[in-house]
Amino acid sequence: MSSRAANCPNCGAPLVYRWSSSVQTVCEYCRSIVVRTDVDVKKVGQVADLPEDASPIQLSTEGRYGDKGFVVAGRILYQYEQGGWNEWRIVLDGGADGWLSDAQNALAVSFLTTGLRIPTLAEAALGQSFVWNSTRFTVVSRTLAHYAGVEGELPFEYWDKTDVTFIDLRSEGADFATIDYSDEAPALYIGRAVDFDTLRLRNVRTFEGW
Amino acid sequence: MAEAQGRRPVSVRSINCPNCGAATAVRTFGHAVNVVCQSCGSILDATNPGVTILQRYTEAIREEPLIPLGTRGKLFDIECEVVGFQVRQITVDDVAYRWREYLLFNPYREFRYLTEYAGHWNVVSTLNALPIGHPTPGSSPLWYAGHRYRHFQTADATTVFVLGEFPWQIRVGDTTEGSDYVAPPLMLSAEVDADKEVTWSLGRYVSGDEIWKSLSLPGRPPRAVGVFANQPSPFQRVQATMWRNAGLLVILAALLWIAHLVTARGTQSFAGNFAFDPTAAAETSLVTPVFELDGRPTAVEIETTTSLDNQWMFVGYALVNDDTGQAFEVGRDVSYYHGVEDGESWTEGSPRDSVDLPSVPPGRYFLRIETEGERTAPPIRYRVRVLRDVSTSLWFLVALVLILVPPILATRRAFTFERQRWQESDHG
Repeated sequence: MSSRAANCPNCGAPLVYRWSSSVQTVCEYCRSIVVRTDVDVKKVGQVADLPEDASPIQLSTEGRYGDKGFVVAGRILYQYEQGGWNEWRIVLDGGADGWLSDAQNALAVSFLTTGLRIPTLAEAALGQSFVWNSTRFTVVSRTLAHYAGVEGELPFEYWDKTDVTFIDLRSEGADFATIDYSDEAPALYIGRAVDFDTLRLRNVRTFEGW
Repeated sequence: MAEAQGRRPVSVRSINCPNCGAATAVRTFGHAVNVVCQSCGSILDATNPGVTILQRYTEAIREEPLIPLGTRGKLFDIECEVVGFQVRQITVDDVAYRWREYLLFNPYREFRYLTEYAGHWNVVSTLNALPIGHPTPGSSPLWYAGHRYRHFQTADATTVFVLGEFPWQIRVGDTTEGSDYVAPPLMLSAEVDADKEVTWSLGRYVSGDEIWKSLSLPGRPPRAVGVFANQPSPFQRVQATMWRNAGLLVILAALLWIAHLVTARGTQSFAGNFAFDPTAAAETSLVTPVFELDGRPTAVEIETTTSLDNQWMFVGYALVNDDTGQAFEVGRDVSYYHGVEDGESWTEGSPRDSVDLPSVPPGRYFLRIETEGERTAPPIRYRVRVLRDVSTSLWFLVALVLILVPPILATRRAFTFERQRWQESDHG
């Protein structure tokens, strides 16, 4: 985990990249989205205030997944016609990147997986099954969603807000997979559905009255 | 559970209804997508800072939740608050069935539901894993976490009333296809939202009393009416226990019987030969000498061996205690007929007879014997033997019946309960 200092090109406040793989961050002072081009940083946009949400997770929340600790470094907030969900970018001990998704407190951890055949959007109909790494996954949801906001450090550049399709798959175990069709080459993330207790989260948000 | 880290806790807010102006508390913080105005029933968009009306309330009848919104308590060890309420309806054979769903919130947990139909309650959680069998709902059985679930019903469920707040969009008129599979007290359910989503959930049957206690509600829950899909059969366990107990009792009775058969001595206490002439007009009654029945009270067998040949006789015995006068009386019809008809020989009855007198106390006894017969028949010779401590088996048969009747009745009741359950299903 490297710590590299730079200044916000918009307001001059210091920026700290906590994770070497971070490509973008949001300036904590002026909310500018800042993209790293290795040495220099450039401002590519500014986020509006994030819509109010009530995820118990926040930037710098720590937890454990399997035998590794992780810390939450960034997030993407998605919205779709029924509501919204968070994809928290987590950085595991050793620097590996993963995603902790939180849809109304239903949690899943997944990792970008390459080298597997990814079905086309048309093939991945509801109820269709695909076998990856000898686990059978079945499509349980097809969601048309768009970015509603970003926060913290992310391993890729901020994209536009057009609707893209996400496909969620589950197995007869608690395996979980997501296919993100926002790029021309779809991206497959594979992991597990998890519950709050097994992640042993620390530094979570507190709620008035709870 | 929560650790404060210098940040203020997420605070509770309220929104004002643009339709009627009333303020409605938001209990699920930023989860609230739709909030229903508590006074006018309009469905409001809680994500919009300006708050817009998404659907106005038009129904004439307003449903009142049995559990008020804002109620808190622990259900299955997880603290929760009732934040939303909806009434849903299915139509089967032109009959509409309505049930109520309460949305349960905890800021650190997945949302759960509490459902109620005719006083039957279920606590429902969404599943992380798919059931084994078929990933999309069908009518064949499913397996989940070691239990086999039988398909109960598939029907389109429509939301007909909403109250409170929801972390997703909800409208009166929303319809999903629901399929239920039961393994009492559990129920697996799939909800299919067109070609967009399949959500599997697991419900656990809970009694109204338990809900009332967990949520500290005043008064009493409504009485459960009929048999619900995943209601555990009160007779199932009773039935199993009764059969197990009956099995043990049968084994015990059989052991006693065998011990009795083995230990019964069957000693002869008296034997005598007599003759009887049915044609004689005189009184046909006689008395034997006194003999001793020793030991503990045991069964006594009186054995009659006759020379009957195509004739009958009646023998009346009275076993009389010589000291106390206590008498054990028994009458026997003995008959023996035989012949040849159409080249086939036949017999009916037997020239021998034996009868048991149960539990005769020890003492000095004599037999009084009375005989009757056909007036025209030839004389009959007969021998009487009195056997002490003989084995008897009738009590065992009686015990068997007494032992087996209760579990058989319980099984019948359990069967009736299951029939009532499945009558309400697609397979009834």
